[in-house]
Amino acid sequence: MTIALVFLGIILATLLGWLVKQTINTTPWEMEAASDTAHHGPLGGTTDKSKLIALVTFLAVASSFFALILSAYALRMELGDWVPLTEPQLLWMNTVMLIVASIVFQWTRNASVNDQQSRLKPGLMITGVLTLGFVLGQFVAWQQLQNSGQLVSSNPSNAFFYFLTGAHAVHILGGLYVWARATLRVVLGTGSAEGIRRSIELCTIYWHFLLIVWLVLFGLLLST
Amino acid sequence: MPFAVVLILLVVGSLLFHFLSPWNFTELASNWEMVDLTIDITFVVTGFVFVVVNLFMAYCVIKYRYKKGAKANYEPENKKLEYWLTGVTSILIAAMLTPGLFVWAKFVDVPADAHIVEAVGQQWHWTYRYPGEDGKLGEVDAERISQENPFGIDPEDPNGQDDVVVYNAEGHIPIDRPVKFLLRSKDVLHNFTVAQFRVKMDLVPGMNTFMWLTPTRTGRFELLCEELCGVGHFAMRGAIVVDEQEDFDSWLAAQPTFSELMSRPAGNAVVGAAQYAPCAACHGTQGAGNLDLNAPKLAGQSDWYLKRQLMNYKTGLRGTHEKDMFGRQMTAMVMTLVNEAAVDNVVAYINTLPDSPVLSTIDGDIERGQDIYAVCAYCHGRDGMGVQATNAPRLAGLSDWYMKRQLQNWKDGVRGSHKKDYYGYQMGLFSQTLNDEQAINDILAYINTL
Amino acid sequence: MSYVAFADRDHEQEHHDPETFFTKYIWSQDHKVIAIQYGLTAIFVGLIALGLSVMMRLQLGFPNEFNFINPEDYYQFITMHGMIMVVYLLTALFLGGFGNYLIPLMCGSRDMVFPYLNMLSYWTYLVSVIILVASFFVDGGATGAGWTLYPPQAISQGTPGIDVGIILMLVSLAVFIVAFTMGGLNYVTTVLQARCKGMTLMRLPLSVWGIFIATILGLLAFPALLVSAIMMLFDKTLMTSFFMPAVSSMGIDPGYSGGSPILFQHLFWFFGHPEVYIVALPAFGIVSDLISTHARKNIFGYRMMVWAIIMIGGLSFVVWAHHMYVSGMNPYFGFFFATTTLIIAVPTAIKVYNWVLTLWEGNIHLRVPMLFSIGFIFTFIHGGLTGLFLGNVTIDLPLSDTYFVVAHFHMVMGVSPVLVVLGAIYHWWPKISGKMYNETLGKWHFWMTFLGAYAIYLPMHYLGFAGVPRRYFAMGNTDFLPDSAQDLNVAITISAIFVAASQLLFFINMIWSLKSGPKSDPNPWDATTLEWHTPDHPPKHGNWGHELPEVHRWAYDYSVPGYEDDFIPQNVGADKVPAGRDRDGEH
Repeated sequence: MTIALVFLGIILATLLGWLVKQTINTTPWEMEAASDTAHHGPLGGTTDKSKLIALVTFLAVASSFFALILSAYALRMELGDWVPLTEPQLLWMNTVMLIVASIVFQWTRNASVNDQQSRLKPGLMITGVLTLGFVLGQFVAWQQLQNSGQLVSSNPSNAFFYFLTGAHAVHILGGLYVWARATLRVVLGTGSAEGIRRSIELCTIYWHFLLIVWLVLFGLLLST
Repeated sequence: MPFAVVLILLVVGSLLFHFLSPWNFTELASNWEMVDLTIDITFVVTGFVFVVVNLFMAYCVIKYRYKKGAKANYEPENKKLEYWLTGVTSILIAAMLTPGLFVWAKFVDVPADAHIVEAVGQQWHWTYRYPGEDGKLGEVDAERISQENPFGIDPEDPNGQDDVVVYNAEGHIPIDRPVKFLLRSKDVLHNFTVAQFRVKMDLVPGMNTFMWLTPTRTGRFELLCEELCGVGHFAMRGAIVVDEQEDFDSWLAAQPTFSELMSRPAGNAVVGAAQYAPCAACHGTQGAGNLDLNAPKLAGQSDWYLKRQLMNYKTGLRGTHEKDMFGRQMTAMVMTLVNEAAVDNVVAYINTLPDSPVLSTIDGDIERGQDIYAVCAYCHGRDGMGVQATNAPRLAGLSDWYMKRQLQNWKDGVRGSHKKDYYGYQMGLFSQTLNDEQAINDILAYINTL
Repeated sequence: MSYVAFADRDHEQEHHDPETFFTKYIWSQDHKVIAIQYGLTAIFVGLIALGLSVMMRLQLGFPNEFNFINPEDYYQFITMHGMIMVVYLLTALFLGGFGNYLIPLMCGSRDMVFPYLNMLSYWTYLVSVIILVASFFVDGGATGAGWTLYPPQAISQGTPGIDVGIILMLVSLAVFIVAFTMGGLNYVTTVLQARCKGMTLMRLPLSVWGIFIATILGLLAFPALLVSAIMMLFDKTLMTSFFMPAVSSMGIDPGYSGGSPILFQHLFWFFGHPEVYIVALPAFGIVSDLISTHARKNIFGYRMMVWAIIMIGGLSFVVWAHHMYVSGMNPYFGFFFATTTLIIAVPTAIKVYNWVLTLWEGNIHLRVPMLFSIGFIFTFIHGGLTGLFLGNVTIDLPLSDTYFVVAHFHMVMGVSPVLVVLGAIYHWWPKISGKMYNETLGKWHFWMTFLGAYAIYLPMHYLGFAGVPRRYFAMGNTDFLPDSAQDLNVAITISAIFVAASQLLFFINMIWSLKSGPKSDPNPWDATTLEWHTPDHPPKHGNWGHELPEVHRWAYDYSVPGYEDDFIPQNVGADKVPAGRDRDGEH
């Protein structure tokens, strides 16, 4: 459980540090000066900032999820019957696709921030196609493994491979849903530029996150 | 005011309950008096806090209850008081934790001279294995477990040949010698608990766990499974008997080793045929049973079950209850089988008899019986053909009137009340779920359809 | 969609109030309605679980008289009772119910930040409840693996519901976690982002603090349950061996090999222990506010209380293996986990001291919510102290898996939070319904519940000392137990039935109040927190009418010297106070 603990330690330490900073020197029962507007952020309602915070919170939840699987992975690996899995070479290509998708998404985001509307459509399209390609590639990799007799129940390393890649792909599909909504708005020309920019910004963060998760998973799968 | 009085009464009442309670720890039978000491320390500390904090609260409720015109004191915090309370609490906590850690350090450190006993759990009974002369246990493997080799011992492993195997829920250990229990499970989690020993540990399939103790008084101590292991969890009982060394030695010498068990000659049906002659008088030459003579059908019944029951009659585990009229008849008859080999032979002969259908003699609500049988099926199998691993005999196609009488006997404690009849005791616990005669009839009516 | 309008609070006229019955009460995005939906659903399943416990008590008290429940039923009841009470009742009620109701009102916001997601959270939760309840009716019935669902037993022969029941249970949990995550993102974001002007973190009432930290715990801990549920589903349906070792199950080899049942226990308790605090922290927070309000005194040591909540939350992630001292894990872990477990007792003790010190020199109104709060302190002290027995690894040896454990966790996680829940419902009932309840009936309800519950669980500890194991359908005859142990069981069963029946008083009271209770004052308890100072009573959609409140002080300005009233609401500014009587002059 060390992995999960280290991960949680980081999250909790960050949180704690922030909370301590907020609370340590306050004596809340004392009336503060009239300029007391410690409140930051708009008053109620869904805003950019709150969407960002919700996304970051969700990423913490998702990281907790993956960290726990990795903990289980590390614990299960130590038991005698582990036979390392030879990962399909296809995964390398998938990885490249996901990296490029992430880069293009960043490029699209920058375009959106700089109000270069014409770049949005191609940018989103390329990202979507590459990401879909990644998911399909993962699926093909599963097929290859199945065909070579590496079934999910053959060995715990296989089971973890299917579980990890599957869980990751589900997260990607969730992202693609949001991507599809944003893309649709760009293609149909509905929705404000402001709203689209917001969507793209959040999606970009999510894509980067999933790329990092994938690189960690892939590195782990390769090294064990 | 009444509220505060009730609070005070609850504190006093809890203390009285504690000191007057006849329900307390059982008398210790192992070296773990330090566990009891740690508990006592914790009792003193927690009891002190319980009384002080609650009485203080009651005091506040009396003193500071609402009065018109009164005003509460305004005091956001009191650092000094809070630091004091934190400090005192920490000290009290340390006072409880420290002895606990010392005792635990002893518990994880098994004495080098501890002898080894393996306790094996499975749904829902206990068995034991003792290393032979070599002091080593043979390798085991879940995949090797079978009717013939219930422990799954590797037949190739030389260490395993002289292992003493006890396929019985009662294990023995000698007094005053540290013993390390190696714990192993064949199927699901179990837990090895003897209340008088104070220590317990889970049995985990796929790995070995352990615990140790030194028994300090002789006697028979009940062994309970304390980790939920399925429907029969509450009926998974056994016993550890603490003997004087010489009694233990002679008991151990009487138990078979693994190699003896494997090389034991099978029963000889030809010899058994002659020995069956007295049985035939009542049970019939074909073992088909005879209602008028109160002799149940034998043909088709599982051989291991017949053997166990015959041995139970021989050793007085069954058929000794004063109300068990027919059982006592059987006890007398069974003496014609002079030894275990004779039992093996006669069982082997019964095994050759044709399994002819029986007439049902009982009417009942089959559907209701099916509902009730759902629980029976856990051990006896959905088809009622019996499951050896759960020590549950075949029910289908046998004399229903006999099963009815036996169920009634179990309910009344006529059968299964002998302390050493562990499987009978188990059935006794389950038989209590049958309300009345109607339930018994229903269930038998259903079994007749199987 | 109303939240679009909320984003811009200066355009109130654009904000569309839901008009039809359906949008107002069923597909509502109003956090108050969702809170009530959550609450009613949770209480409904809770009542099912309560019924199950009565059935189990009948079996234990009168093992030979009530044969309508057999061992199979018993283990299904024990499993469903535990799972429902811990997850589907308490977690949902504290976070989905009270969290939803209180966070926006206490923070001074119009609604949750994502109202649509909030609504989705409730409906997803409802789906998980339906799946769970459905498992009673499928072939083979619900799972009987115990609420801990330990493998191999949860998916092995010999346990009820290994075919469909366990799958439904795991799926239901997964759905619940999705629902919780949707709700949790909302609670966290709302607390962080939607507080009104002047509402600094350290001015938040402790209820919000408790719910906020509990939500964070839940968000980080529930994934562990999700991971273990998915892996067990794999083991069950795809024959993987994450948790399943090679076994001989009733003489048959089911085909697993090499898995580790202990791995599941680690994952389960990595969720399971924080879960205790997911339930406890909101209770801690809410009870602090009830005590302070009804004692007319500020909560003693507010900052310490906040930090204690945070510390308990953090520490709760490093104590999980104290549930596994005798599980066969590496015994050396015992030293570490016993130490961390006993350390967590320090902040917990501080909270208890501070509650009691809040009563000290107070002006205590013994109204119904206050009775429940003090009842909570009593049972929580008891349950907390018995926790010191079980947390101490040595004492856990004789006591784990006995009725002592059952008594302990029911006292600390059952009775105590439920007393807070009931106290809180009485406390906020006037706000929710606009009506008053009957005080006398409420007091009767308290006394019967409190004394009855203590009569159930105090003796139960002693059954544990004597060595009665938990999860036993019947004890039968033993040598080591005195016959009087069964008498004690009878007494416990009678108390349990008494307590269960006395909950009727609660429902009668509330239904009476709704139908013909007197209208309540908008702020019947003279409380300071924002929810009592809404322009409408009960608050309407959007909570604050045209103007959001502005906060000028912390939540505990009770009996401030120099003021005539014994409370100053959070939204009253210094300028509204008569000149020359400012607090600074007094100190």
